Amino acid sequence: MISKAPAQRVWKRKPMITNPKLRWGLIGGVVVYLIIAFYTMEVDWGRVAAGMPRAERFLGSFFPPDFTSRWEDIYVGIVESLWMTVVSTVVGIAISIPVGLGAARNLSSRPVYLFCRGVLAVSRTFPEIILALFAVKLFGFGPFAGIVALSIATIGFYGKLLAEDIEDMDPVQAEAIKSTGAGWFQWLNYAVQPQVMPRMIGLGMYRFDINFRESAVVGIVGGGGIGATLLTSFDRYEFDTSAAILLVIITIVMFVEYSSGFIRKWVQ
Amino acid sequence: MPLKMNNGNKVWQRRTSKQQLLNWFAWLIAVAIFVYCWQLVSEKTMWIFVLDSPAQASDMAERMVPPKWGYLSTLWGPIWDTINIATLGTLIAIVLAFPVAFLAARNTTPSVRFVRPVALFIIVSSRSINSLLWALMLVTIIGPGVLAGVIAIGLRSIGFCAKLLYEAIEEINETQVEAITATGASGPQILNFGIVPQILPAFAGISVFRWDINIRESTVLGLVGAGGIGLELNASINTVSWTQVSVILLVILSTVVVSEWVSAKVRHAII
Repeated sequence: MISKAPAQRVWKRKPMITNPKLRWGLIGGVVVYLIIAFYTMEVDWGRVAAGMPRAERFLGSFFPPDFTSRWEDIYVGIVESLWMTVVSTVVGIAISIPVGLGAARNLSSRPVYLFCRGVLAVSRTFPEIILALFAVKLFGFGPFAGIVALSIATIGFYGKLLAEDIEDMDPVQAEAIKSTGAGWFQWLNYAVQPQVMPRMIGLGMYRFDINFRESAVVGIVGGGGIGATLLTSFDRYEFDTSAAILLVIITIVMFVEYSSGFIRKWVQ
Repeated sequence: MPLKMNNGNKVWQRRTSKQQLLNWFAWLIAVAIFVYCWQLVSEKTMWIFVLDSPAQASDMAERMVPPKWGYLSTLWGPIWDTINIATLGTLIAIVLAFPVAFLAARNTTPSVRFVRPVALFIIVSSRSINSLLWALMLVTIIGPGVLAGVIAIGLRSIGFCAKLLYEAIEEINETQVEAITATGASGPQILNFGIVPQILPAFAGISVFRWDINIRESTVLGLVGAGGIGLELNASINTVSWTQVSVILLVILSTVVVSEWVSAKVRHAII
């Protein structure tokens, strides 16, 4: 008996979205969107072309950056950014602990829970820079406004993660401590805190890192820190100073990130 | 177990006395640093303004209501720009982050000693500079407008996407790569059929996640002149039209909430 050889089949990779209608619809939608987006984007190409020599000069100013001629300003700005970061991280975390405890469902009553969740949601929605803008209006120019903005942002970030961490904790240990007749604060101290502490220290370091990066920005709207120095250097087209400031920021961020990784390993 | 003798009874302690001492010492240093920093803040603060602020706040709140809803119709253009900045910026970022991630991952980089540090430096510098600073730079170089915003968001997101992506690449299942290698596949083929299918879901998730963050960030880029709704916010604040400011804040709030919802939905569908 002679059987027909099967027609040669070529293996094809399975597409990520299996439904062909959905796949082509999505692809079509993306293409249409891109076309519309490109046509509605107003770009002054002449201005872009005119900026190219400036871009070249800017890139060139990284080799070498000029640390010396404005060192005084850079130093003052960076140090201010650093202590703003310390204060705002500490204050933010200190406030976020009670709020976070209140926002954990397994710890607090319903009205307290809703109130604290509301506080967290509000402090999380607006970007740091908008908070800083309003803080400057309220408290005047200077680092205090920046600190208030960063602290509020820290409350939203840290409180939410703390609340989620407490909700995820092991209830068995909590029950064991409770059954020994511990009071509420003892229970908090011996059952809840040891469970969430290692992760929260890590997150605190992470937030410190974020706050430092943000503290470089709040200066743009008058909230103190290195941002004001950077803004001035751009406005005066002193690109070699800007390059120096950017390199200092990158170095500090790298250092903080490295040391926070180290501390996290040490805690856990 | 650390125990302490108290009138002949053993009392349990959480820490040994040496640990206790160390703990106290660490706290002492931390508190000292904080107090010192607080003092520096206090020196630079006009406390009289701070004391005055509740009155200022209530005054500002009073002037912000009722929101001037008629202003909403002029905001559609800036919102569209904001969404474009976030989306196109994310696109640029993921296109550029893809190769960087492969160069940074320990198991795919051509050279651990020479190429990997360069890729890591690109990632760190992109991540440590805020998108507003990138925008500030680009506005001075290529002029104010949407394009500066798009590029700023793109540059800022490369590091984020590449970092998460290279961590995903380092965690892939090596047996699949080995299986593809055993069929006699070439280097690019191994990459294409052995590694890429494994990281594609993570890749899609990362992109959507970053898009969500970028919407939030692109709402403020206008403060330095890089287009979007931030431009209107800046203009309204400068002309003290607080009723417009409240409309813009509400619009920003709802845009952020919607984008968060979309990204959560999409990520849920992917994973």
